[in-house]
Amino acid sequence: MTGVVKRFGSVTALDGLDFSVAEGEVHGFLGPNGSGKSTTLRLLLGMLRANSGSIRVLGLDPWHDVATLHRRLAYVPGDVAIWPNLTGGEVIDLLGRLQGGQDRARRDLLLQTFDLDPTKKSRTYSKGNRQKVALVAALATDAELFLLDEPTSGLDPLMEDAFRGCVRELRGQGRTVLLSSHILSEAEALSDRVSIIRAGRVVESGPLAQLRHLTRTAVTADVARVPPGLDLLPGVHDVVVTDHRVTAQVDPAGLAPFLQALTAAGLEALTSQPPTLEDLFLRHYGPAGSFESARL
Amino acid sequence: MSRTLARSRTGTGAGRLAGTLAGTGVLVRLGLRRDRWLLPLWIAGFALMAYSTAAAGAELYPDAANRVAASTALNATASMVALFGRIYDPASLGALSLIKYTAFMTAILAVLMVVLTIRHTRGDEESGRLELLGGGRLGRDAPLVSALAISFATSILTGLLSAGALAVGGLPGSGSLAFGLGWAATGMAYSAVAAVAAQLTASARAATGFSIGVIAVTYGLRAVGDLAEPGPSVWSWLSPIGWNQQIRAYAGDHWWVLSLPLTLCAALVPVAFFLRSQRDLGAGLRDERPGPARGHLSGVLALAVRLQYRVLAAWCVAFVLFGVVIGSLVGNVADFLSSPGAQDLMRALGGPQALTDAFLAAEISIMGVTAAAYGISAANHLRSEEAAGHTEALLGTATTRIRWASSHYAVALAGVALLQLLTGVSIGIGAASAVNDAELVARSAVAALAQIPAAWVLTSAALAVFGWVPRMAGGVWVLLLGLIALGEFGVLWNAPEWLMDLSPFRHTPLLPVDAEAVPALVALTAAAALLGALGYAGWRRRDLAA
Repeated sequence: MTGVVKRFGSVTALDGLDFSVAEGEVHGFLGPNGSGKSTTLRLLLGMLRANSGSIRVLGLDPWHDVATLHRRLAYVPGDVAIWPNLTGGEVIDLLGRLQGGQDRARRDLLLQTFDLDPTKKSRTYSKGNRQKVALVAALATDAELFLLDEPTSGLDPLMEDAFRGCVRELRGQGRTVLLSSHILSEAEALSDRVSIIRAGRVVESGPLAQLRHLTRTAVTADVARVPPGLDLLPGVHDVVVTDHRVTAQVDPAGLAPFLQALTAAGLEALTSQPPTLEDLFLRHYGPAGSFESARL
Repeated sequence: MSRTLARSRTGTGAGRLAGTLAGTGVLVRLGLRRDRWLLPLWIAGFALMAYSTAAAGAELYPDAANRVAASTALNATASMVALFGRIYDPASLGALSLIKYTAFMTAILAVLMVVLTIRHTRGDEESGRLELLGGGRLGRDAPLVSALAISFATSILTGLLSAGALAVGGLPGSGSLAFGLGWAATGMAYSAVAAVAAQLTASARAATGFSIGVIAVTYGLRAVGDLAEPGPSVWSWLSPIGWNQQIRAYAGDHWWVLSLPLTLCAALVPVAFFLRSQRDLGAGLRDERPGPARGHLSGVLALAVRLQYRVLAAWCVAFVLFGVVIGSLVGNVADFLSSPGAQDLMRALGGPQALTDAFLAAEISIMGVTAAAYGISAANHLRSEEAAGHTEALLGTATTRIRWASSHYAVALAGVALLQLLTGVSIGIGAASAVNDAELVARSAVAALAQIPAAWVLTSAALAVFGWVPRMAGGVWVLLLGLIALGEFGVLWNAPEWLMDLSPFRHTPLLPVDAEAVPALVALTAAAALLGALGYAGWRRRDLAA
């Protein structure tokens, strides 16, 4: 996609989006809620029409070549809505057939993997189970490209794990996956490259290792005596000391010396939180709407 | 609300009651906010119609002799009696002017009350909006109480304002009040019917269909009752619409009859609350049973059929039953001929054959309009499927937009044709067995089939609206109601000829249908095709609504 602009009335959802995914890679598409992830995916599927800019998917125009293009891709919508009076199995088979065929054995295996009862009416499914229906229908096809819009929303950690296994398998088979998410750790675990979208523009794009500098770990530690000069350590930021408790934001490179200093000070308890995308945005791009000025 | 909650925590009987009602006020305000255009427009619309009819009536029928002649002619025409009922005081200006309002417009009012009630009960429940609100401080009975409060208030306001409008239009005050209260009470009764229906099924569409079915059946009952000689027979007394006629506004004002719809309402409301207390939020009365693990739907057309066949089957059953009953009423047409004055009228109209034809034509054209309503509701699946997000899942596959839109459009068009075929044959069979004339089957079947193109025009209009202004999908219903009103009252309102000519129903041939009808039918079919193409063009261009 180059220079893609999409407006809804007076609201500009995508404001000159440039973005590309290489064949055979798992590409994480990260952004906070409302940043334009779903709009981008719908444009790639020809469900929306761009106001300007050019879009090619597998060498085809998504607006005009719908049938040929969609035979080669599979899509999981961000908000899975299915017919309440059909069973999960019926929906999976219908979507598979419309897709141009699905692998029966693979479908049954996926049902087992995701622990989904296909005989239940969709009306009775929870959000997570509806999500599984869409995932099974998509993953059981033989597509070259998978467009997954926040595919793990509503899934419990066990199922998230199963999903990660499936994506790794796809990658092993040389298929291309575009995975949108607002959870950094998910993209981190699966992606070869990530693009970060904010307010309708891609603000960072590259291999995850390159973006590593953007992430910090939040550390909270209880120590016997607080050592002096913690905030002088390289890569340690925002140090706050209250009684015997230390909290700080630490760059990946600064973690080892910081922890050594804490251990030497008589470490009693330690919690650390991986950086969230929200932290990342707050730190690097400032509050909503002002990323231009705050960008590092 | 905090006080309500505080009381509910005390655990007393009154406290528990207040607990199940918590949040009613908020819901009423929310409902009024959502319908802030719909409700005033429709209340004012009914009052305005009442006023213009009252005012026009005085001009049309200046003296008593005039009125008696017109009333006698109407009472002697079986198709008019079947459709609209009888005039119980031939000299009364009010009874004559409002003949099309006592049963016919009352049924339309009932439909609107059903739509309103279901929209605020099962509709909100199915869409999950109530669950969202239910997470807040909302008692179990609050949604039903607030929905009924809105429906009842709308009924009463419509009735009172219309009563005032009729009086301002020059009709006697007492009769006007009786008429207005009749609308209020009948509107409330059908709101209560809808409130019960909303508890039975998990789908708002099914609940609406069931309630409208009740209206159709009760309308039919009173038609049978009114046609009996001397009318009305017991059948009229089995129908709330029949009760509304028996209030006999401007023709004796039988006030006590008002107690019948109010009693029905008072009986049904507790039933609705009882049923609600017996089920979970979002569930129907029946538990969901497991279904097949494998699907056999071959494509989007099969899916559209699967999603629609139950409703279509219900319509088919209703059309067949209605057709046979209506058809058999042809036998009563002969009875009418014996009444004084009718002999001359019959000769003027062209003999007994013409009279039978006129009767059948009137019934068949009503069924044609009803089939158009089916066509619109079936075509509007496009919009509801899109709004529900189901379309996104389908368009993510190799299905093209046109193929998907065609699936529901095809079901709608075919459904309309099927309904008209069944109507024609069943009216024909009913009529043929009533007067021993087998030829009537083919005759009414052809007449019913001739209604198809006009109904297709409305069906295609729904597709056109879907293609260009999907948010206005409900507007097609307004169009249909407008065309019905124009057809029934256009002359009374002095509507210009070109405006009335816009209605496809005006160009549909009546009995007997012969070769002369072909150009009109071709033109109507072409108009439907054009609207369909227009709809496709818009749908191909626009964004999918998220």
